[in-house]
Amino acid sequence: MEILSLLGDGMLVAIQPLNLLLILVGVTLGLFIGAMPGLGSVNGVAILLPITFLVPPGSAIIFLAAIYYGAMYGGAISSITLGIPGASTAVATTFDGRPLAMQGKARLALVAAAVASFVGGTVSNVLFTGFAPLLATVALSFGPPEIFALMLLAFATFVGLGGDDIPKTVFSICFGLVLAAVGFDQISGAPRLVLFDLNGFLGGISFLVLAIGVYGIGEMLWTIESTRGDISKSDAKMSLKGIVEDTGTTFRRGWKGMSIGSLLGFFVGVLPAAGATPASLMSYGVTKMLSKRPDEFGRGHVGGVTAPEAANNSASTGSMLPMLTLGIPGSPTTAILLGGMVIWGLTPGPRLFVEQSDFVWGLIGSFYVSNLFALLVNLSFIPLFIWMLRMPFTVLAPLIFVLSIVGGYAAMQDMFDIWLILVFGFGAFFLRKFDYPVAPAVLAIVLGPIAEPTMRQSLLLSSGDPSIFFTRPISAPIMVAAIILILMPAFKYLRPRRAKPAE
Amino acid sequence: MRVGELVTAGVLALLSIYLMYMASANGIGFTAGTGPQGGFWPFWLSLGMLISTGFVMLNWVRRASPHSRSEEPVLDSVGRKTLMLVGGGIIGFVALIDIVSMYGAVAIFLLYYLRLLGRHSWRLTLSMVVLFPLGLFFFFEGLMQISMPTGMSFTDPVFNVLYDIIY
Repeated sequence: MEILSLLGDGMLVAIQPLNLLLILVGVTLGLFIGAMPGLGSVNGVAILLPITFLVPPGSAIIFLAAIYYGAMYGGAISSITLGIPGASTAVATTFDGRPLAMQGKARLALVAAAVASFVGGTVSNVLFTGFAPLLATVALSFGPPEIFALMLLAFATFVGLGGDDIPKTVFSICFGLVLAAVGFDQISGAPRLVLFDLNGFLGGISFLVLAIGVYGIGEMLWTIESTRGDISKSDAKMSLKGIVEDTGTTFRRGWKGMSIGSLLGFFVGVLPAAGATPASLMSYGVTKMLSKRPDEFGRGHVGGVTAPEAANNSASTGSMLPMLTLGIPGSPTTAILLGGMVIWGLTPGPRLFVEQSDFVWGLIGSFYVSNLFALLVNLSFIPLFIWMLRMPFTVLAPLIFVLSIVGGYAAMQDMFDIWLILVFGFGAFFLRKFDYPVAPAVLAIVLGPIAEPTMRQSLLLSSGDPSIFFTRPISAPIMVAAIILILMPAFKYLRPRRAKPAE
Repeated sequence: MRVGELVTAGVLALLSIYLMYMASANGIGFTAGTGPQGGFWPFWLSLGMLISTGFVMLNWVRRASPHSRSEEPVLDSVGRKTLMLVGGGIIGFVALIDIVSMYGAVAIFLLYYLRLLGRHSWRLTLSMVVLFPLGLFFFFEGLMQISMPTGMSFTDPVFNVLYDIIY
């Protein structure tokens, strides 16, 4: 009861006129920043951080949290309408969101993304409110072996993403992981894989370079070449009745993905060093694995949109938890929020809930209000996004190319990366021609920077003994589950060959 | 497609070997006290890539994959022309950035694509060519405070006017 009373007080703080206005402005700005390829919540929060010095600290963090929420909703928009994941958190949304849009069901995909984001956000808010200190303690028991096991599980769940050609899928995963290792060795600091002695590689290869190259250039070239440019416009129509119907469809066909995404997303989000991206990828993989029709995933399944979208929103709330309770940021965006809090004279950590109770509960109250506003703002802008899809393809295609290049530059501010986007784009076009799945490579480059250091730290802890992954109570079952999942396609691959002689 | 499948696998195998060679420069073993060496992770993953391409080639020999049985060309004449016009346009767009600025290159690319490839009216083309780069300028330079390449010095007068508006 005490928690409800504190939450009630927090809600009253959140709905004060100034805070309400900041939430509305924050989610709207966040929505457009998240929808722009190359820009994500981290850009929005970092760029708008100085503006918050004009308002009291409590209102400032509410504003930044609202931007964070809006950006999480917005990431899905470019994934669905343009087919370019604007942020790593929205990579998995592209797999089914884009096919739905191409089938003329863009409205359904956008409504599913918005509703799932709202559900994910609400579930995580409830979990955050009720179990904050307990979950923070559990999260702390995750060391490098547990995090690595979790990453391996994430890879295992998307082994099947690339279709039936297992060698090509494995190639794609390994390639993405190797690309993630380019730059400097994170542990020794030595230059590594500086390909063709080009200094541009010293900075590493950002996930965005590969994602924009693959989806913004390669996939678009493939679509234009394979359809001979004869692409019909999306005939998605906009009406209130349609949105209500799509909401019903979202719950009917996407409830499983939403439930998995909300719960798994929150827990992965709570873990330091994990965050919304692994959460969304794992939720997609687990939902696909548990589906009765996994073959429909990747071709426009509503669950393929609801799972990652519920997960990334849930995880973004979850990642606030270690930041507030332990002073450990769970994602790059929360790291900036943490910096802001320190500048404002607030000390995140266990004492914050006691010493700054008004601030903490005002912030938690604002999560609920921001989540609701983000849903309403998102739904009200869907006609604008649908209008974009109604453009002739010969207008939309150059705009996608332009946004890919401009967005790629905005994120990295380096022309080397723009040329690299082109190399990956043309490379992805030819790989696509030969059915090499490119999505696993994009996922691997996202998770690689987490997987490699945790693996090396674990082996360092055990003096090189790999049994460390199988002897710890949390990592062992996760490792076993991951290995079984990895081996499953191999069994599937072998089974029909053994069956053939008997036929 | 059949030849293309083998050539692609061969090129990717060579890429894997090159990555293994590059990774080995950082050491691929285990050092007591510091753990796995810097090249450990990328080396073994590159080996995984090489083995995968080996399986792709094996499937090619056994004609087990659809592409290893297909006699269709990888790109027919229309496909080649489309790729050259669209892909060439994108390469030209990127090459122009350092000369005429990001916004100038966007304008030229839109003019090329909308008018020459899309055959849209001059009215639509010119309005897109003017308004879209301007919108991008005010969004990135004004709102997001992100500077894009401004090209060679002859573009300065235009940028001076635009910067006067936002600052």
